[in-house]
Parts: sequence; structure tokens; C-alpha cells
Amino acid sequence: MPVIEVDSLHYTYPNGVEALRGVSLSIERGEFVAIMGENGAGKTTLIKHFNGLLRPTKGCVRVDGVDTREASVAELSKKVGLVFQNPDSQLFSETVEEEIAFALRNFGFSEEVVEKRVRWALSLLGLEQYRTTSPFLLSGGERKRLALASVLAWDPDVVVLDEPTIGQDYGQKEKLMQFITQLNTQGKTVVVVTHDVEFVADCNPRVVLMAAGKIVADGHAREVLTNPQLLDEASLLSPQVAKVLHHLSDLGAPSSVIDLYEARDVLLRLLRRRGV
Amino acid sequence: MSLSFLEGLQFRRMDSPIHRLDPRAKFVIALSILGYAMLFTEVIPLIVGFAILLPLVFAAKVFRMWVRTIKGVLVLAILIFAINWLVTPDLAMAVGLALRFVLLVAAFSLFFLTTSPDDLGLALEQSGVPYELTFAFTTAIRFVPVLCREAQTIVDAQRSRGLELERGGLLKRIRNYLPILVPLVVGAIRRSVDLAEAMESRAWGVSEKRTSLYRLKMRGRDYLAILLSAAFFLLAMYVKLLSNQPLLPWLL
Repeated sequence: MPVIEVDSLHYTYPNGVEALRGVSLSIERGEFVAIMGENGAGKTTLIKHFNGLLRPTKGCVRVDGVDTREASVAELSKKVGLVFQNPDSQLFSETVEEEIAFALRNFGFSEEVVEKRVRWALSLLGLEQYRTTSPFLLSGGERKRLALASVLAWDPDVVVLDEPTIGQDYGQKEKLMQFITQLNTQGKTVVVVTHDVEFVADCNPRVVLMAAGKIVADGHAREVLTNPQLLDEASLLSPQVAKVLHHLSDLGAPSSVIDLYEARDVLLRLLRRRGV
Repeated sequence: MSLSFLEGLQFRRMDSPIHRLDPRAKFVIALSILGYAMLFTEVIPLIVGFAILLPLVFAAKVFRMWVRTIKGVLVLAILIFAINWLVTPDLAMAVGLALRFVLLVAAFSLFFLTTSPDDLGLALEQSGVPYELTFAFTTAIRFVPVLCREAQTIVDAQRSRGLELERGGLLKRIRNYLPILVPLVVGAIRRSVDLAEAMESRAWGVSEKRTSLYRLKMRGRDYLAILLSAAFFLLAMYVKLLSNQPLLPWLL
């Protein structure tokens, strides 16, 4: 059974904006999915259905087999952890540990478990030394990590990240990528909403491409991100690796490679064949 | 939870006879309805107040937004009703007080829905209010939609962390809003600092004597609107005096 099942979902905001126009999608346990598309394509609206923040205008969303209309946001959030784009829209506590404990207490874990989970989440994201610091004194990257820790602390089955790479420097992005990949290999279902083509090319997940409230493509990153027509439709640029290989197509370079190391091997082979 | 009632403060550029009125004239209309609402606590005159306001709302083509504002303050109106009913078991009075509040909001909602912040600023300036104050005022209004969006995002983020706003007793419920208010206020303060820096880097306040490209000018229809509003209020006052009740009962 898929962990998240979206069936011909329509959503219209109270102000009349039709954000989703018939979206069907099924995410299996343990999958790594990137939802991509231009601003206003409906990505954030879609993920807000995953924990019941928004309820379908038409159609249906099931989380772990449960119709989201029949469960509270708190119940659904326990299974689907949403990490918002801007950590400043959630940080409010006096200390970092309180911030992490907030959700755990809301979900009714015993103080013993709370303490254990807080310690675990702190070390998971390397925030131990800030345990009693105010969240507002942390740097941007640290705040982002704290927001992530405060969600991972209750160990949701599905982690949904909205624009995790925005405002991060390259080093932080690299670390974040390793972290997310690691979460996924440990069996967690990961959904990422992002514009960051390079980030997706590096992670190589399943890509769901959205445009104007609909899904226009759903497949391997290497297929979707190397299809010029699709990229154009969703206002995305192809990853740099694909671009380079595209410019070398007259030498016989394949056009469906987005991984840096794979591209290196392909190029080496090409060069060897030419006797360089 | 929805913060849609604040949309009543959000101006949208449109064209209608009401939009074209001078902001000062529109303000007088709103004031006359405010005065009218203050005169009465009885249900029927207050409903008459709505009946007078309604054609104006239709003329301004803002009915849907206007209704949304009223829906948003309904909770407060019910609270006013409940408290008054508990304190004085006068049902008609309690209904009247709640209705009066809604009428007030409705009148000023129409004003804000049909008056652009720019016009409002101009009107204040031409009435001799210092530019600093005018600017602060119009900026505050302009940032309402931004704050609304942000509040909604924060509510979503905290609900995703298991916060249930409608749970617990009264005290707990008030405490529930802390996780919403702290990020909202911190964000607003941060933004004000950013805004101040951006303004200073664009030389805000350098010219001592400002001139404006546009100047508001009262026209015939504006004078007519003011005249009608004044007449309406005076008539209401006359009716009130004729009826045998003491004037301004809320002062006694």
C-alpha cells in the first residue's frame, strides 16, 4: 500500500485561485521524490495536503490508507513531518531543546521519551553545543537544521521538505544532501519540493514535475531533467552536466546523463575511443 | 484557523462610483455610520443602518470581500453578545450591542476596501498631518497583507508540529497562541529594521518640503456625499431625541 496516495485532487483557495487541477500521485514507502516546477505550479499546495493542512476541494488524499478528511492535522503530522521553507516561521522557544521538545509534547510523548528524542535529534544534526542557546541567536544554516531536527525528533514515516536548499551556501547544501540521502537509505520516505536542479541531479530521486496545477511528468530524474520539452514547460533549466553533454552530442555523447561521475566516465570513454 | 477577516483591510484597485469618491468624503460617510451606530442599541435602527450601507457596498462592487470581513468578526460579535447577555439579561440589548459592533466594522471595511493607501496618505497629508506620521500609517496598512500571509504560514508550520489551537481550557487556549505570536512579532521587527535601512539607503527624508504629483480635489459629488452623510446623521439624531430615551445611554 502506498504511504501517500493522491487521487484526482483539485484544490481551490478561498480567494478563488485554482491551485491544483486534477493531481494523481502515489508515493511508496521508502521512496525519494522530488516535486519540481515553477512558482505557482502548486507544489506547496500539494504537500500541504499530505498532513491535512489543506483538505481537497475535490478528489481524495490518503495517508497510510486514511482519508485526510477523516483525521486531524496533528494525527496526520505524526506520520508526515513537514519542514517549512523558512525556519523563522516556526522558531519561538527560549532554548533549542525546548524548540525540539515542543512537537514531542504536543504529540503526548512521556517526558522520558522527550528527553531521549531531544538528545538524539540534537546529535543527529550536530546541534548539541547549542542545547541551551536561544534559537534566535543561531545562524541561518543552524536555524534551518534546528527546524529539521524539531521535525525529525518525532520520527515521522514521511519527511517532506519545502525548499531545503534555499539560502544555504554550497557546503551546507552538500551536507544537507548527504543527510537527506542517508535518511532515505535508512528507509524513510523523503519528499522534497525544490527549484534546485543541481541538487536534484546530485540526489537522483524520482521527479514529479508540475506546471499550472497539474503533474506534467513523473519519472527518473535522469529522464525528466534531460527532456528539453518538459523542462521548458516547467520553466526549469537542465542540470549543468546535461548541458555540457548536450553541447558535445556531435561527438556522440549521450544526452540522458545528469550524474557528474557518470558523465566523467562517459567522456573518458569517448576520448579513449578517439585515441587521445 | 483562518485569518481571512483581515482581507477586509486589503484594498484592491478597482473602479466604481464609490472608489472614485474623495477619501475624505468616504471617511465622512464611514464616520456618519459610526455616529449612527453609536446612537442606537435597538435592533431595528441598526438593521436600518445595514440597509443603508448595503447599496453602497453593491455600488462599490466589493460585496464578497465585505461579507468575508463581517464573517471574520462574527466570533467577536458573538463574544460581545454573550458577555452582555450574561451581565444584563436583556436579550434585545445584547443583540443590539453585537449588531452595533458589526455595523461599525462593516462601515469602515467599506472605507478601507475602496480607498487606496496612497489616497489615504494624500488625504492625511493635505489635512496637515506630518509626513512621517502619514507614512507610518500608510506603511502599516500596506503591510497588513504581508503580515496576514506570514501569520497563515506560521499557523500552518505550528499545526504541522502538533499544535492544536482549539484545545484545552481558556488559559491553555490563550497560551496556544504563543507559538504563533512570537515568530510573527520577531518577523515584523526584523522587517521593520530592514525597511528602515532600505528607506535610508534611498535617502528618505532628505527633501524638507515635499510636493506630490497628485493632489486630491473635492468635487461636486464629494460635497454631495458629505452633505447626505451629515443629513443622515442629523436625521438619526432627531429621531433619537424624539423617542423618549436618554441620549448617549452608554455614557450614563
